[in-house]
Amino acid sequence: MSVMTVPSSRADPRRIFKALASQEALLAIAVIGLAIAVGLYNPRFLAARNLSDVLLGNAYIAVAAIGMSMVIISGNIDISVGALIGVLATLSGTLAVKGVPIIVTWLAPLVAGILIMGLQGVVIAYLRIPAIVVTLGMLSILKGGLISVTGGKWITDLPDSFHLADLELLGSVPMPVFLMIAATILAAWWMHDSAPGRAIYAVGGNAEAARLCGISQPRTVVMVFALHGLFAGVAALLYATQLRVIQSTVPPNLELTVITASVVGGVSILGGVGTVIGSTLAAILIAEIASALVFIDLSPYWIRAVQGMLILATVIADILRRRRMTGA
Amino acid sequence: MTMTTEMHRDDTRATPLLSVRAIEKSFPGVRALSGVSFDVASGEVHALLGENGAGKSTLIKIVSGVFPPDRGEVMVDGNPVNLARPDDARRAGIATIYQELLLFPELTVAENVFMGHAPRTRFGRVDWRTMREKTNELLASLEIYDLQADQIVGSLSVGNRQRVEILRTLSQDARILIMDEPTAALTEYDVTRLFEIVRKLKARGVAVIYISHKLDEIFAIADRVTVLRDGAHVATKPVAETDSAALVQLMVGRRIESLFPKIAAPIGEPVLEVTDLERRPLTRTVSLNVRSGEIVGLAGLVGSGRSELAQTIFGVTPAEGGEIRIAGRKVDIRSPAQARSLGIAYVPEDRGTQGLVRPMTVRENFSLAALAKVAFAGFIDRTSERRLAADGVARFAVKTHSLEQVAGKLSGGNQQKIVLGKWLANQPKLLILDEPTRGIDVGAKAEIHRLMGELAAQGLAVLMISSELPEVLGMSDRVLVMREGRIVAEFSRAEATQETVGTAMMGSRKSVEQAA
Repeated sequence: MSVMTVPSSRADPRRIFKALASQEALLAIAVIGLAIAVGLYNPRFLAARNLSDVLLGNAYIAVAAIGMSMVIISGNIDISVGALIGVLATLSGTLAVKGVPIIVTWLAPLVAGILIMGLQGVVIAYLRIPAIVVTLGMLSILKGGLISVTGGKWITDLPDSFHLADLELLGSVPMPVFLMIAATILAAWWMHDSAPGRAIYAVGGNAEAARLCGISQPRTVVMVFALHGLFAGVAALLYATQLRVIQSTVPPNLELTVITASVVGGVSILGGVGTVIGSTLAAILIAEIASALVFIDLSPYWIRAVQGMLILATVIADILRRRRMTGA
Repeated sequence: MTMTTEMHRDDTRATPLLSVRAIEKSFPGVRALSGVSFDVASGEVHALLGENGAGKSTLIKIVSGVFPPDRGEVMVDGNPVNLARPDDARRAGIATIYQELLLFPELTVAENVFMGHAPRTRFGRVDWRTMREKTNELLASLEIYDLQADQIVGSLSVGNRQRVEILRTLSQDARILIMDEPTAALTEYDVTRLFEIVRKLKARGVAVIYISHKLDEIFAIADRVTVLRDGAHVATKPVAETDSAALVQLMVGRRIESLFPKIAAPIGEPVLEVTDLERRPLTRTVSLNVRSGEIVGLAGLVGSGRSELAQTIFGVTPAEGGEIRIAGRKVDIRSPAQARSLGIAYVPEDRGTQGLVRPMTVRENFSLAALAKVAFAGFIDRTSERRLAADGVARFAVKTHSLEQVAGKLSGGNQQKIVLGKWLANQPKLLILDEPTRGIDVGAKAEIHRLMGELAAQGLAVLMISSELPEVLGMSDRVLVMREGRIVAEFSRAEATQETVGTAMMGSRKSVEQAA
């Protein structure tokens, strides 16, 4: 009988192969491979200036994708995140020009993000309304509300001290990159090693089994949405503080880019599977592709089509993998 | 009455309306039907009887064109028919009323009756007036006066909805009507009405195939009865020439019981004591107890309320009345989390939906119910988690190449072992097992039985729900029988036989006396 003998050593070749075949490894290889390939075609792509611009300009998407990954892993979805980031960025900028202490302008989007997303989580979990409907409603409320309240006015004359994204840490690491990496590592560790993190996977993988194990699905879902709101707040902060002018509008299609990053990062749209390391790498890959298009003389408008292909390919691969697993 | 029955029987020999010849059907890993033959005559009610998994459903699905047989043929009026799709069956005059009624709740009675074949005007529009008139004719022909053509089906009682289904089959001129457990959800009054309608259908020459677990109904309404067991045809008899004891004997047969070695364990103090537990509709004044070291088998048909009772004890659907004591202490269980902390473990019937988180690894599944044990300040200690999972894998002989294997990829038997092991990681005092060996192979089955015996020997109290009589008889120290939400009989290991338990499950008069 081939009953297993317990923990295999780290050097197990099967394990190394498995690690290399993981979504995260594939994405990391893709990020590096693409940089090399495009660099061979047009060396200017590899200029430090360009690479850092790609990371700086898109770090907020990776941060938002962390929360989105948690939401999708828990078996839900959120399409209001783009609109929320627009609202929170405007909120932060408005406070800043009003002369509110800078620390408040930085914390306000985080708190508001937690509250708004947490509220959505309550409606989804306790009133049992499908997440797609609740967040679609919130999307319209936020988008419409923002335009109505601000009249689409631009926020200018932001105080210099407001620009958190311009700060550098540990010598010369720009704040957006630092926050992206720190948030990814913290979230990955928490999801991997904490009991509440495990509950997210259990609820998304099999809500009924989780319930019978004493894990409360509603409580987990509210927690996930509140956390997602926190990450959306950080994303909004990075987005707002790197701009000289805040446009008081919702960045177009932002929620789709964020969802794409999660799904391409290996988060199963059916719930229960995925990591935030994957979603961060996918966010970087998507930003890299968008930048590469320019350097290989293609219209940057191709990025939407490329995103579409990536998301379809990943979801099809995921569904096929699941079917094989369940033997259905 | 006897005269007409005799006449029909003569008809049968002449030209059966529907006849099924040597049907065979296999699904991956299971032989569902092996050479089943039977026939129904015009104006005859033919009952199909058998335990769960005997092949009744497969047989009616073949006759309804849901899937084709591997071998054998179906004949209508003596001519072979090809029933590749449900529509072919409808054309052949065969209609089926399933347990779950297939109606459109938002539409009217008339719309439901004529769904798919509504009368049309000359211009192709739906002819509402004719539709209503025809529905009223059908209602009148069955002497149904408490149902109107314009009523919305969603507002009707279960009994009336079923009548709508019957009307629909008549509107399609069905000559062969299959009814799958038609009385399962009906009140006594509705059952009487149903029987009146069935008799009317009989009188106009419709052949009825009647599937039911309830023996008294079969004696009340059927002309002949065919018994299936393990996918094989056992016997076909006129009901006048048999009795319930004989039918039960035919259904359960005699099977080898040596597969289940029962370990004798010392029986101690009561761990679970339940008094007058209430949770309507399927838990009605239930009293029982399970002692440490004891395996109590809970037998009963599907729908008799066994799983509902287990879920009430476990706090999934908390009790509405009565008392539960755990180790002598009165408790009020409101949630699974609370039940778990009281030392109760529940291994659910449906591994897929209730037990296992398929995308999670073996390690994660093992620790899921015991996270508090391996987590410190909310963070999981990998080392103790691995140890917990490794212990479980070793103890339950789970065949997996690593702890990091995704649980959904393992075989059914191994999945069941993980679900079982997951709960035992909490060291419970009471283990409730719901169909512990359904759908797993013989080897894994024997292993799970061995584990159950060992656990009892270690002092665990085990309450086992099973629909397989040999398993109940082989494993239990005591057997309780549930029917319609009540415990109707109790047998010691010595008293429990296929006949006594089977009869109590089916609910013929004899067992009622025994329960009283």
